[in-house]
Amino acid sequence: MTTITDPPKEQFRLSMLIYDTRYRSMTIQVVALIGFMLLAAWLINNTIQNLTELGKPVEFGFLVEPSSYDINQRLLEYTSRDTHLRASFLGLLNTLVVAVLGCITATVVGVLVGVLRLSNNWLIGRIMTVYVEMFRNVPVLLWIVLAMAILIESLPAPRAFRGEDATATMNLNDTVAVTNRGIYIPEPLFSRSLGDVHIFGQSSLRFDISLDLIAILIVLGASVFAMRRVAARANAVQEATGDRPTIWYIELGILFIPMIALLVALGFHLGYPELKGFNFKGGTHLRNSLIALWLALSLYTAAFIAEIVRGGILAISSGQTEAAAALGLRPGKIMRLVILPQALRVIIPPMISNYLNLTKNSSLAIAVGYMDITGTLGGITMNQTGRELECILMLMLCYLAISLSISAVMNWYNERVKLVER
Amino acid sequence: MKKSVFLGALTIAGLAAGAVAAGTLDDVKARGKLNCGVSTGLVGFAAPDANGEWTGFDVTVCRAVAAAVLNDASAVEFVPTTGKTRFTALASGEVDMLARNTTWTFSRDVDLKFEFVGVNYYDGQGFMVPKDLGVSSAKELDGATVCIQTGTTTELNLADFFRSNNISYEPVPIETNAEAQQQYLAGACDVYTTDASGLAATRATFESPGDHVLLPEIISKEPLGPLVRHGDNEWGDVVRWTLNAMITAEELGVTSANMGELAAGTNNPEINRLLGTEGTLGEMLGLDAEWAQRVLAVGGNYGEIFEKNIGESTPIGLARGLNAQWTDGGLLYSPPFR
Ligand SMILES: N[C@@H](CCC(=O)N[C@@H](CS)C(=O)NCC(=O)O)C(=O)O
Repeated sequence: MTTITDPPKEQFRLSMLIYDTRYRSMTIQVVALIGFMLLAAWLINNTIQNLTELGKPVEFGFLVEPSSYDINQRLLEYTSRDTHLRASFLGLLNTLVVAVLGCITATVVGVLVGVLRLSNNWLIGRIMTVYVEMFRNVPVLLWIVLAMAILIESLPAPRAFRGEDATATMNLNDTVAVTNRGIYIPEPLFSRSLGDVHIFGQSSLRFDISLDLIAILIVLGASVFAMRRVAARANAVQEATGDRPTIWYIELGILFIPMIALLVALGFHLGYPELKGFNFKGGTHLRNSLIALWLALSLYTAAFIAEIVRGGILAISSGQTEAAAALGLRPGKIMRLVILPQALRVIIPPMISNYLNLTKNSSLAIAVGYMDITGTLGGITMNQTGRELECILMLMLCYLAISLSISAVMNWYNERVKLVER
Repeated sequence: MKKSVFLGALTIAGLAAGAVAAGTLDDVKARGKLNCGVSTGLVGFAAPDANGEWTGFDVTVCRAVAAAVLNDASAVEFVPTTGKTRFTALASGEVDMLARNTTWTFSRDVDLKFEFVGVNYYDGQGFMVPKDLGVSSAKELDGATVCIQTGTTTELNLADFFRSNNISYEPVPIETNAEAQQQYLAGACDVYTTDASGLAATRATFESPGDHVLLPEIISKEPLGPLVRHGDNEWGDVVRWTLNAMITAEELGVTSANMGELAAGTNNPEINRLLGTEGTLGEMLGLDAEWAQRVLAVGGNYGEIFEKNIGESTPIGLARGLNAQWTDGGLLYSPPFR
C-alpha cells in the first residue's frame, strides 16, 4: 500500500544559483573566493612585473652569497664569510632563544601574579593590580627600550672593574660579573668531553650537537623513569597494605648519583669570566640586548597571562573551594590540587595566543640591537642586498612556521588536559 | 596571518608601483614641494636647529634643489631616514632624493638601482675611542666592543677590517646615530665607528669632546653624495648639476657676496653660462635661466657651505682635505658648464 510517489524531479536551472536558498550561499562564497583569488593574482603579477621592470626580478640566489657582516650572539659558529642563509639561520635561533626564555618566564610570573592578585592580603593584591595595569597599558616597545636604557646607564662598564681604584667588583665570590654590556656567568665545561656530532656537513644549515648534552639528557631521562617506577611500586604497596614506604631518599639517590657519576666522568667544571683586555672573557655572556628583550617581553606578556589565570580561577565556582576546605585541605593545596587543574581548561586556549604574541613581539629586537631573524634576514641582509620582497616573504614564512608549531604543541597539551576532565 | 601576508604584499606592490614612476621633476613641480631624505640628526650635516629648522651641509643640497626647481629654498619636506630605512624610502617614492651621508658603492648603484649624482664629501671610515682607554691604533682593538649603525657600509667594512687583521670584536648594531652616541658615552661599547666626518660631528656635540680621540686609521673609502632613483635621468640631471653648480661656483670664485654683481654679466663666459646671462643651460635642464643663481643664493658656493656648516671655524672643525678643489690639490672637480 505504498503510494508514495517520488517528489517531482526538479529541473536544475541556472537562476536557482541565486534564487534558491539551497545554493545561494554557496554561490556567494564561490564568487567571493574567485574575486579574492583574482585580486591576489593581480597583486602578485603586478609586483613581479614591476620588480622585473625595475630590474629586480624575484630570485633567491643572494642567499648563498657571503653575508659580509658579523653577528654578536652566535649559538653556532659563524663568520662574515658565511652565507646570508646561515646568518638568517643564526637569527632564527636567536629568535627561538628569546621566545622560549620569554614564554617560560612569562608563564611563571603570570601564574604567580594571577594567583596573588586574588590574595586576601590587601597590599599584595593591590601591588599585583598595579603591576598588571602598568605593564598591560604601555606598549611593549617602550618597556624594551626602557629596560635597555636602565641596563646601560645604571650598571658599570667593564672598564670600572679594572685597576687599583676599580669602582665595581664581581659578585658571588668573583664568579659573576654584572656590567652594562651584559651579565657574565660561569659556563659548564667538560675536560673529558665526548665531542660533537656535526649535522648537515658544510651546508648553511649545519649545526653541532654536543654528545655531552645528549648523555646528560639520556641519564636524566633514565633516572626520571626509574623514579616513576619506584613511586608506582610505593603506590602499589600503599594500596595493598595501607602503609606508604619511605622512598624519598631512594628517589633522590636515583636522581643524583648517576648524574654526578656522569658529570665526574665527563670532567665537569665551571669556566669563570675574567676581565681580559676590553671585556670579560670566558663564562657565558648574557648580552644586555637579550636581557632587556627577555625581561620586557616576559613582564609584559606576564601581565596578560596573570589576567587569564585570574579569570580562569574565578571561573571555578567557589563551592569547589568550600568543598575542598571541608575535606581539610589547606589554601595552598586547594589552589594546587583542586582549583588550578580545573582552571587550566579555561586558561590554556588564551594562553596560546599570548605565547604567539610574545614570539611575534620579539621582532622588536632590533630596537636594542638583538640580532634575531628580523635583525639578520629582515634587517642587514635585506638592507645590503636590496631584496625586500624575498626577505619579507621568507621572514613571514619563518614566523608562520614558529607560530604554527607553538599552536600545535599547545593544542596537543590542551587536548590532554581536557581528557583528564570527567 | 593571512591578512598580514596580504597587506605585506599590498605594500610591496605599492612600493614597486611607485618605483617605476618616472617624471620626478614634474611631480615635484606639481606638488610644489621637494621630499628630501636626510639623516635623523647629525649636527653639521642634517639636524633641526633650536627653531626646528633643518640645517646642515646635506640639508643645503636639498634646499638648493628646491630653490632651483621651485624657486623656494624652504619648499622642502625633510624626511628623516635611518641607515636602514633610507633606501626603501627612496625606492618607494616617499622621497624624491636622498642627501644623507650615503656612500656611493657598486651594489647600491647597480644592484639596488640608484643613481649617485656626484660626491659632496669624500670620506672614510674611522674609529673614535675615549682617550683614557689608551688606544692609539685600530689594530689594538682586539676583543673590543664596537658600536655600529646597521644597514651601513660601516658594518661591512668593520667585518672586513677585523677579519683581515685577524682580530676579534663584538659588534653592537644600532639604528641611529643618537642611540649609538648614548651607548658609546655610557661605556656600553669601547669604540664608535662610522664615517670620519660623522665621528667629528658626533664628537662636537659631546660635553667634553676633548676626552675622545679619533684613531689614525681610515679603513675605507666613503664617497658620500646625493642620490636619486635609477631610470629618471632628467631628475638625476637636475640634482647632479645643482651640486655641480655649487662646486663650479667656488672654482670660478662666485660667492654669495659677489653673485649679484656678477649676475649683471662678466667677461668670463663660463660664469655667464652658470649664472644664466648667456646660453640656455637652464632651459636644457627643464628650468629657467636663473636656476643656478637661486642655488647659490641658498648658502653660497660649495666652499662657503662647507665652512659654515662643518668647516674649521665650527665646533666640528673638519679641514677641507680631499674635499678641496682640484686646483688646490683636492678631489672636487666639476665637469664644465658648457
Ligand atoms: N656612509 C655610510 C654610513 C652612513 C651613516 O650611517 N651615517 C651616519 C653617521 S656618519 C648617519 O648619518 N647617522 C645619522 C642618523 O642616524 O640618522 C653608508 O652610507 O652606509
